[in-house]
Amino acid sequence: MTIISVLLILSCLLLLGSSRLHVAIRVVAAQGILLGVLPLIRAVGDIHYGIWILGLSTIISKGILLPWLMTVCVRLSGIRREIEPFVGFGPSLLCGTALLGLAVWITTRLQLTPAEAPLVLLTSSFFAIFVGLFLMVARRQAITQSLAYLVLENGVYGVGVCMSLDFPFIVELGILLDVFVGVFLMGNLLFHLDREFEHLDTDKLTELSDLSAPATAVEEHA
Amino acid sequence: MKIMYWALPLAAWVLSPLMLGIINRVKAFFAGRRGPPVWQLYYDLFKLLQKASVYSKSTSMVIRVAPSVVLACMALCTLMLPWGELQAPVTFVGDIILLAYLLGLARFATVLAALDTGSSFEGMGASREVQFAALAEPSFFLGMLVLVLHFGFSGLSDMVSGISLETWHTSGVLLILVGCSWFVLLLAENSRIPVDDPNTHLELTMIHEVMVLDYSGPDFAFILYVASLKMWIFAALVVNLVVPMHSLTPWLQAPVFLLGIVFVMVLVGVVESILARLRLQQIPKVLLGSAILSLIALIVRLMG
Amino acid sequence: MTLLLLTILLPAVAGTASYFIRPHRWRRLLWGTTAALHLALSVTAALPMNATPLDHWIGMDSLSAIFLVLTSLLFLGATVYGIGYVAREPVTGQLDFEDGSLFKNEPESIFTGAILLLLAAMTLAILSRHLALQWVAIEATTLASAPLIYYHQNRRSLEAAWKYLILCSVGIAVALLGIFFIRMTIQDSPHELTLATLLERASTLNHKWLSTAFIFMLVGYGTKMGLAPMHTWLPDAHSEAPSPVSAMLSGALLNCAFLGILRVQQICAAAGMASFGGDLLILFGLVSMGLAGVFILRQADYKRMLAYSSVEHMGILALGVGLGGLGLFGSLLHAVNHSIVKAMLFLTAGNILSRFHTKDTTKIQGVRDALPISGALWIAGFLAVTGSPPFGTFISEFTILRAVVDQGRWVVAALYVVFLLLAFVGMAGIVLRMALGRSEVNRVREPLTTVLSPLVFAVIAILLGVYLPGPLADKLHDAAQLLGGMAK
Repeated sequence: MTIISVLLILSCLLLLGSSRLHVAIRVVAAQGILLGVLPLIRAVGDIHYGIWILGLSTIISKGILLPWLMTVCVRLSGIRREIEPFVGFGPSLLCGTALLGLAVWITTRLQLTPAEAPLVLLTSSFFAIFVGLFLMVARRQAITQSLAYLVLENGVYGVGVCMSLDFPFIVELGILLDVFVGVFLMGNLLFHLDREFEHLDTDKLTELSDLSAPATAVEEHA
Repeated sequence: MKIMYWALPLAAWVLSPLMLGIINRVKAFFAGRRGPPVWQLYYDLFKLLQKASVYSKSTSMVIRVAPSVVLACMALCTLMLPWGELQAPVTFVGDIILLAYLLGLARFATVLAALDTGSSFEGMGASREVQFAALAEPSFFLGMLVLVLHFGFSGLSDMVSGISLETWHTSGVLLILVGCSWFVLLLAENSRIPVDDPNTHLELTMIHEVMVLDYSGPDFAFILYVASLKMWIFAALVVNLVVPMHSLTPWLQAPVFLLGIVFVMVLVGVVESILARLRLQQIPKVLLGSAILSLIALIVRLMG
Repeated sequence: MTLLLLTILLPAVAGTASYFIRPHRWRRLLWGTTAALHLALSVTAALPMNATPLDHWIGMDSLSAIFLVLTSLLFLGATVYGIGYVAREPVTGQLDFEDGSLFKNEPESIFTGAILLLLAAMTLAILSRHLALQWVAIEATTLASAPLIYYHQNRRSLEAAWKYLILCSVGIAVALLGIFFIRMTIQDSPHELTLATLLERASTLNHKWLSTAFIFMLVGYGTKMGLAPMHTWLPDAHSEAPSPVSAMLSGALLNCAFLGILRVQQICAAAGMASFGGDLLILFGLVSMGLAGVFILRQADYKRMLAYSSVEHMGILALGVGLGGLGLFGSLLHAVNHSIVKAMLFLTAGNILSRFHTKDTTKIQGVRDALPISGALWIAGFLAVTGSPPFGTFISEFTILRAVVDQGRWVVAALYVVFLLLAFVGMAGIVLRMALGRSEVNRVREPLTTVLSPLVFAVIAILLGVYLPGPLADKLHDAAQLLGGMAK
């Protein structure tokens, strides 16, 4: 399980430092597969069919289907790299180090014993949450924003696994389904965004804003 | 036996140029060439020692002294390297810090000599070198911190002699992480691709090479020899960390150690052949990445 | 139990089916009958309260009873309006009147399917007794409503739908983290997250974890509810969506998110921590009210004005819950009143939009002239939503004010009144300017479907202002007591 946590941290760092969308999609797919395997490792001893189904469906949906959808989006829109983001890639890595420190601090503040929760996994899950939020804010590509949402959900799921929740796996599947459909809808909207706006730069999605003067509404009519 | 311990530095002094030759041979193999013979560096050193040194009129005493200083530092460093359970001739508590600072002193001497020449190219190389060295420091010290936390604060020999297969079972992740981090450090400190190209002739892309442009004759021989010693030192650190020497019989440890160093050389050659040299702005990212690997190892050690 | 399952499954099945039904007439018929049946089922399930036992997964208590009937009623009203609405929409592409681009509506089957699935998800969210199940349902409502916002498939609604989807999903993910933390509050197994288990063990819950969980869930569900500063998606989404959808979103969906926060408050109250979140809720409430008031003042788009008004009222709800006691009762009453009034306003705004073909407030005047019934409703709605008598909103807002004064919080009271005044002044300027005066378009006869629902809602709003019917009052008292407040 330590290996999975370390790989999770490394994958998040890779997301922070890389500007290529294909790499980002592959990394998120790898994260999905790692998290699919996680409940199987965590529950070693009393694995029942529910955990198998959960693990397999996580691997299939987050590791195969969603990345495939994202790749199709990227291919159709012809974008290969991230546009100049608000926070450059080098500074992003530095922020990542700071976020890692924050995750460690939070984990120590929670004062859990290793018997209750595996601390390294908890740290890496919090780190994934922070990285997801950071990417959401600091990047401009709409595709990266949906990938950031997936990373956020991965982190939350990791925290859930740490706390050894006893949800009946139906509920877990429900959560998974929600995430899947969510990203599917995002992908759908991405197609439309690309067609309508001819770019996927969310910084330019400012037609609806109250901070610009109402005069613009008047101008459109003139 | 105490005399036995001197076999290690002796091996380092004698065999290190061979290692650089191995790297060049591997690179040639990947390029489809035959390449220079593995003993090439010995021939070069021999040739250079017979020549006379030429000094520029704008230099002072610094550049005349620097090669000797650097050679002395490196030789001292090799005295502190252990081979698995076999201790180094010089070992005491905290010797790993002395190792780090001796390397720093060597770099300091080189940089000072480069500035002494008064040439702007060498100044540029010097500034780049210290910048990247500063970024590479955290990797080394964080990795050291992990080792100290795990094995207790003692001499390098004592720390390393405890690594066995059992250590791999319990904390293999730590060893891999620090090992990878130190391998990247090896590439950075020894001016290998992807950080610096040792074969480049374009001055604007040089980092280390440009600092040694003005040496000739025996001075240059010292510099080349020191480069091979430095490579040996870093390779020895990585091999000591990664290979579980404790689980092998004492007679097997020396050959395995040598084999390990040869393997690291081959790995360096492969890496150099596969990767391209990075843009200068990307190098801090790589160094930061290696520091983060050590940081992760530290976190795993503290939490797990 | 089966009754409750039926209320959830009926719209779910109908929604899936309507995606496949080809002829419009049959699909609209299915939509209408589902809405009517759902209301009937909800009322039947809600009235005899003691008969339905509280199961682990879904169940009905007085809180869910109120919200369920409210949602169902709003859906029926929106359906009546909506069927006429989609019938009038052109099948081929049309010119967007704001920027002149060509756009084509999304297929009606997707629209109908999505809105029915939205109803199913909201019903599940209201009825669920397991926190994670409620989360799944609320996330499902976000997913079901995104295609609805994108109905007109033009640039602005696309932008709105994107922001809505991303922001609400992120917010709800934070809420999921909060739910995981609640698990840590339970000291010994079984670690179940059903309301029954949590309420039963309330005295043994770990307070440190519970407070952390409360904060996360407040921020998470608060995003979905539209509390500032997480409200930024709301003006875009609620103004770009078609009017019946806006009515559902503002009237019913915000309440579902509110319910999520209420459930956590219920657990906190049972654990003896009722006043913990109070100050935080009051803070969020006041900030929402203030921010919304400021943005209403110079608003150029009247649907956006209504959306900001929703933010303001959500702030009032949060304020009431934060106060506790009488404020809690007022808050619940206000949720009911506001939903009805806001739905009426949005449907009326839809009428104005379809007649005047512009969302710009400066370009419209004489609504009362051109559309007599809608004009009257527009003015009445303005009075209602700003809390004037004889409407129900006056009673509920006044109750909350009484609660603030009772607790002696003078600053809060002053801010509350000032912000309400701010919204009143802002909306007055816009609404009255639009409604009065002579209009340039001719008066036409308004179709029945467009005015029936808003009229009924207006009548209910006045009714609630004058007299609070017995069963409703009882349910409100019960619900307030459940949440740790005191009965009036």
